[in-house]
Amino acid sequence: MAETAQPRPMDAHIDDAASRRDFLLIAASTLTGIGAAITVWPLIDSMEPAKDTLALSSIEVDLAPVQLGQRLTVKWRGSPVFIDHRTPEEIKAAESVDVASLRDPQPDSARVKKAEWLIVRGVCTHLGCVPLGQKSTDPRGDYGGWFCPCHGSQYDTSGRIRLGPAPKNLEVPAYEFVSDGKVKIG
Amino acid sequence: MAAPRSQNKIVRWIDHRLPVFTFMEHELNDYPTPRNLSYWWNFGSLAGIVLMIMIVTGIFLAMQYTPHVDYAFDSVERIMRDVNYGWLMRYLHMNGASFFFILVYIHLFRGLFYGSYKTPRELLWMLGVVILLLMMATAFMGYVLPWGQMSFWGATVITSLFSAIPVVGDPIVHWLWGGFAVDNPTLNRFYSLHYLLPFIIVAVVGLHLIALHQHGSGNPLGIDSKGPQDSIPFHPYYTVKDMFGLGVFLIIYAAFVFYMPNALGDPQNYIQANPLQTPAEIVPEWYFLPFYAMLRSVPDILFVPAKLAGVIAMFASIFVLFFLPWLDTSRVRSAHFRPVYKWVFWLLVIDCIVLGWVGAHRPEGFYVVVGRLGTLYYFFHFLILFPLIGWFERPLPLPTSIAAAVTPKGGGRLAGAARPMEKP
Repeated sequence: MAETAQPRPMDAHIDDAASRRDFLLIAASTLTGIGAAITVWPLIDSMEPAKDTLALSSIEVDLAPVQLGQRLTVKWRGSPVFIDHRTPEEIKAAESVDVASLRDPQPDSARVKKAEWLIVRGVCTHLGCVPLGQKSTDPRGDYGGWFCPCHGSQYDTSGRIRLGPAPKNLEVPAYEFVSDGKVKIG
Repeated sequence: MAAPRSQNKIVRWIDHRLPVFTFMEHELNDYPTPRNLSYWWNFGSLAGIVLMIMIVTGIFLAMQYTPHVDYAFDSVERIMRDVNYGWLMRYLHMNGASFFFILVYIHLFRGLFYGSYKTPRELLWMLGVVILLLMMATAFMGYVLPWGQMSFWGATVITSLFSAIPVVGDPIVHWLWGGFAVDNPTLNRFYSLHYLLPFIIVAVVGLHLIALHQHGSGNPLGIDSKGPQDSIPFHPYYTVKDMFGLGVFLIIYAAFVFYMPNALGDPQNYIQANPLQTPAEIVPEWYFLPFYAMLRSVPDILFVPAKLAGVIAMFASIFVLFFLPWLDTSRVRSAHFRPVYKWVFWLLVIDCIVLGWVGAHRPEGFYVVVGRLGTLYYFFHFLILFPLIGWFERPLPLPTSIAAAVTPKGGGRLAGAARPMEKP
C-alpha cells in the first residue's frame, strides 16, 4: 500500500491493494480461530477412555477348571469374551471348512493359538448383541457355534460368520498363554 | 437500520421470515453506544464470557462426576489424574468461579460509582442483583460437589442458616437436607440444582441485556446521549475494545489456571468429607467472606437473638441493593460530578475489603469489633448516607453533551468519524 502525504478520509476506498487493516483483521481472526479450535480439543479429548479405564484393559483367566467341551464367559473391557474348550470333533469341523466359501475367509489356524482353545469376543459383528451358545442348552445354530438372538446370525465352531446379516467373524482379541493353564487377554 | 445490508440471498430469505440477522445487525453492529465508555465498561461482557466458559467446562465435568457421597470425592480425583485434560477443565471451572465473582464485583462497583442504577435503568440494576443472588447459590452448591471437608462443613453451616428462622427453622433445614444431616440426598439435589441454575442465569442475563439495550449503556459522564454526535456504533469500536479487554483478562485467568490453580481455594477441600470432624479453620470461599463476616458480627439486638440477627444482616446486605434506585436521592449519575459521594464511594469499597479480611479470621477480640463496625457502616452507607448525601450535596455543573465534554471542539468536526467504519 502506497503511503501518501495527503491525509485522506477514513472511508476512502483503495480497491486494488490489501490494506494494513485487512492484514490485521485477517491475522487476528486467524489466530483467534486457531486458538478457539485448540481450546476445544481438551474438551473433546476428555471424552476418550480415561487412563484408569485403559489400565483395566487386560485380565488373566485360569483355564484349569474348564472341562473339554465347556464354554466359559469372562468380562473384558466391559463386554463378554467367549473361551471355548473345543472337542476334537469341533476342531475337525472348524478345520475342514472350505475357506474360500466363507463370507469372511479365515482358516481356523489363523483364529487360534492352541487348537483346543478358541478365544473370541462375544459380540455379534452385526449390531453388538451377545450371541447364544455358551450353555450346552442354548441354541447354537446350524453350524454348532453361536446363534445371535437379535437378527439370527450364525457362527461356526471357529466363531466365523456362516449365515445371517453379520459381516465379519467374531473378533479374536489379543491374548497370550502365560503358562499352560493361564491366559492373559488384552 | 432495518434491513440487513447482506447481499446473500439465503440470508435475505431467512431474514424475511425470521429476522435474526436484522436483530444481530441492530443490537450488535449498529447499536449506538456512548462514544466515551472507559475500560470499566468491559466487565459486563467479560462476565458473560466467563459464564459461557463455566457452562461449557461444567457440562464436560458433569460427564465424569459421580454425585454420591461414597464416590464424589474419588470421581473428582479421577478427573484430576485419569481423565484426559480433566485437570484443565476442573481448574478452569474452579478458578472461573473466582474470576466470575471478581468481574461481577467490579461490574457492580462500576455501577455504584457511575450511578448506573438510576432512572431509567432501575430494572436493569435489579436484574443484575438477581443474577448476583443466583450466582451465589450456584457457586455455593458447586463448592459442595467435590465432597471435601470444606464442601461438607460449608454446606452444613450455610443450610443451617435457615434454622435461625423462628418455629419453622428446623423443619425447613431437614427439608433442605432431605435427612437429618448433610448427606447423599443433599449432594444429589445440589448437583441437580447446580446444573440447572446457570441456565436460569443465562435467561436472566438475556433480560438484563434487553433492559440494557432499551436505553443503552450509561457512560462515565452520566449524561444522556443528545444526538448522533454523542454515540458511535457498537461494532467495530466496542467489539474491538471488548476483545482487547478479553485478551488481558484471559492472560490473568490463564496465569492462575496454569501456574497457581489452588491459590484461591482452600487446601482443606482436598481432604474427603468427614461428618464426624469439623476442620479447625472453617471459612467460605473468598468471594463470600464479607457476607460471612456480617453473619458472625451481629450481636443480640433487643429480642432478636444474635443467630437470627446475623442471618438477617447477611441477606439484607444483598437485598438492600434492590432498593438503591430509591435510596439514592441524587439525580446526578456519575460520581465525577458529586464531590461528596465521590469519596464516600471509596469508603464502601474499603469497608467491603475490611469485612472480607475479618471474614477470613477467627472472630475473636479485635476482629469482632472491626466486624461489627464494618457491618454497621455497610448499612449506614446505604440506608443513611445514600439518601442524605443526595439531599445536601451540591453537584458540579454537568457538561452540555458527551461530545462537548470529550472532544476538543465540541464534536462538530469529529462527528464525521462516528459512522460505521468502512474499509479504507
